[in-house]
Amino acid sequence: MSKPHLELTGVEMSFDTPKGSFIALDNINLKIKKGEFVSLIGHSGCGKSTVLNIVAGLLQATKGGCILDGHEINSPGPERAVVFQNHALMPWLTVYENVELAVQQVFRKSMTKQERRSWIHHNLELVNMAHAANKRPGEISGGMAQRVGIARALAMKPSVLLMDEPFGALDALTRAHLQDSLMEIQQDLNNTVIMITHDVDEAVLLSDRIIMMTNGPAAAVGEDLYIDLERPRNRVTLADDPTYVHYRQEVLKFLYEKQRKLESITPRRNNQTTGTNMQKDTVPAAKA
Amino acid sequence: MSTLMNTNSRIRRFGGLKALTDRFTGVELAQTGKQLVLPMVGILVFLGFWHLAAPQVNTSLGSFPGPAQVWEQSGQLWQEHINQRERADKFVTMQKERNARILAENPDAEVKIRSYPGAPTFVDQIVTSLITVMAGFLLATAIAVPLGIVLGLNRHLQAAINPLIQIFKPVSPLAWLPLVTMVVSATYVSDDPMFEKSFLTSMITVTLCSLWPTLINTGVGVAAVNPDLLNVSRVLRLSFWTHVMKVVLPSSVPIIFTGLRVSLGIAWMVLIAAEMLAQSPGLGKFVWDEFQNGSSQSLSRIMAAVLAIGFIGFVLDRVMLMLQKKIAWNE
Ligand SMILES: Nc1ncnc2c1ncn2[C@@H]1O[C@H](COP(=O)(O)OP(=O)(O)OP(=O)(O)O)[C@@H](O)[C@H]1O
Ligand SMILES: [Mg+2]
Repeated sequence: MSKPHLELTGVEMSFDTPKGSFIALDNINLKIKKGEFVSLIGHSGCGKSTVLNIVAGLLQATKGGCILDGHEINSPGPERAVVFQNHALMPWLTVYENVELAVQQVFRKSMTKQERRSWIHHNLELVNMAHAANKRPGEISGGMAQRVGIARALAMKPSVLLMDEPFGALDALTRAHLQDSLMEIQQDLNNTVIMITHDVDEAVLLSDRIIMMTNGPAAAVGEDLYIDLERPRNRVTLADDPTYVHYRQEVLKFLYEKQRKLESITPRRNNQTTGTNMQKDTVPAAKA
Repeated sequence: MSTLMNTNSRIRRFGGLKALTDRFTGVELAQTGKQLVLPMVGILVFLGFWHLAAPQVNTSLGSFPGPAQVWEQSGQLWQEHINQRERADKFVTMQKERNARILAENPDAEVKIRSYPGAPTFVDQIVTSLITVMAGFLLATAIAVPLGIVLGLNRHLQAAINPLIQIFKPVSPLAWLPLVTMVVSATYVSDDPMFEKSFLTSMITVTLCSLWPTLINTGVGVAAVNPDLLNVSRVLRLSFWTHVMKVVLPSSVPIIFTGLRVSLGIAWMVLIAAEMLAQSPGLGKFVWDEFQNGSSQSLSRIMAAVLAIGFIGFVLDRVMLMLQKKIAWNE
C-alpha cells in the first residue's frame, strides 16, 4: 500500500489547567485512506473533539503529529474543512453570503466571479438549500442551517471533511434525512470524512470504519472496526441485516461493557442517562 | 323615558363599535392605544400637576412658570428668531448693494463683507449645540471603536488598559473642563483658526466623557465573538483585516450600538454643562445667560430650554435606535 493519506502518529495532548496539566489524549495512532469515511465514537469527554481539532489544526498536539498528504499539519486550513456542531454560520450573513465568504477566500484567484457564483449555487443545491439562499440563519431551522454548514464546508473542496457531531442537535427525522444526503454526497465526491458521533446507528450506517476511543483521561484508540457493508446503504433494509446487527453490537459492547463509564455504574435516581442507555443506543452526553 | 332610550342606544352603539374593533384590529388597536393613549395621559397628568404646583413655588424672579407661560415664551423665542433672521437678511442685502455701488464707482476698491453682528437666537444656539455634540460624539466614536477592537482582540492589552478606563470613566465633565480649556488655549494657536476655541473645548470635553460606554462595549463585544465563528475564520485563513471586518466587527455591531446610544446620551448631557461653564455658544450658554439676565421671563425661557434639551436628547436617541435597526443584524 502507498503512503497513507492522513496519518496521526503518537499524538499526545495535554492541557494546562489550574490543577496542573491534564493529559487528554495519549499516543493516538491512525492511518486513514483517501475517500474513507471514519467515525469517532466514545464516551463524552474522552477526547473526540480534541482529536478532530488537532487534525483541523485548531489545536496543536503536545507530542507526536499529524501528516496530510506528506505535509505536517500545524495550522488550520480550508483543505481540512470543519462542520461544527452548531452550524457556526455568521448570523448577519445570508445563507448565500455564508458560503460565499468561504468560496471567496478559497477560490479568489482560481475562479472567475461567474464561476464562483455558480459554484456556490451548486453546493447549496447539493444540500437542497438553494431555495433559501437569501435567508439569514435566524430565519431557517436548525436542520437547514446545519445543511448550509455542510454546503459551506463542501464548497471549500476539502481533501478531508471534519464533522464534530454534525447532527447531534437535530431531531431524529431531520437527522435521518441529512444522513442520507451525506451518504449520497460522499458517494459522489469521495471525500475523506472524519465524523464524531454519539449515535451508534449513525456510525454503523455511514462509516467505512469506526474508531472507538477509550475513556479519558489519557484516551487512546480502543478498537478499530471496519464496516464491510455494500453501498448504497438503506437504513430500512439494513435494520435486520445480520452483519449490520453484528457491527452494531460490537460498538455497543465496546461502549457499555469494555469502556463502561464509572459514573454510570453508580445508580442515580432522576438521571435519565443511567440505565436507559442500552435502549437508546446513544452515549450519554454529559456536556451540552 | 328619553334618558333611558338614550342610554340604550348608547350601549348598542358601544357594543357595535366593540364588535367592529374586535373583528378588524382588536389587537392592533389595543397596541396603538397603549403606544399612544397612555403616554398622552401621562403627559396631560404631568401638565396638570405642573400647572397647579408652579404658582406655589416662589422665587426672587416671581413664581415658577407654569406650562402656559413656558408655551408663551417658546413662541416668543421663535418670534425673536424669525425677526433676527429678517434683520440678518436685510443686513446682507444692504451690504451687497453697498458693495456693488462702491465697486461700480471704483472697480479697484476693497469691499468688506461682514457677517451679521446680531446675537445668536435660541434656535441658533440649538444648532450650535447639535453641531458641537455631533462633532464630539463622532470624535469619541472614531477613537472608541478602533481602540475597543484592539482591546477586545488582545487580552493582555485589555488587562493593562482596563484600570485606566475604570478610573477615567466616572470623571465629571466639570472636572475635565479647566484642563481642556488650558490645553486648548495653549496648543491651538493659529492666526486663522478654523474652529472657535470654545467650540473645541466643549467638543473635546464631550469626547472625553462620552467615549467610555462605546469603548467598553466594543471591547466586550469583540472579546465575546462566538468561538465557533473564530474557528471558521481560522479554518478559512482569513487575513487579519478580513477577520476584523467580516467576522469581529459585524458580530459586535449590536453591542457596539448599545454603547453608542449610551455615549450619545452622555454626550448631550455633558455638552450642556460644558457650554454653561465654558461660556461656549450653545444651549448651555443660553441657559446661563438667561440665568444671569434675571428678568421676569427668564425662568420661563430656561424652562423652555430645558424642555428643548430633553426633547432633542430623546430625538437623538430615537435616531440612534433607527440606525441600529437598520445596521444591526439582530434587530
Ligand atoms: N481547553 C481545554 N483545557 C482544559 N481541558 C480541556 C480543554 N479542552 C478539552 N479539555 C478536556 O479534554 C477532555 C476531552 O475533551 P473533548 O472535548 O475532546 O471531549 P469529547 O470526547 O469531544 O466530549 P463530548 O463528546 O462531550 O464532546 C475533557 O476531559 C475536557 O475536559
Ligand atoms: Mg466534543
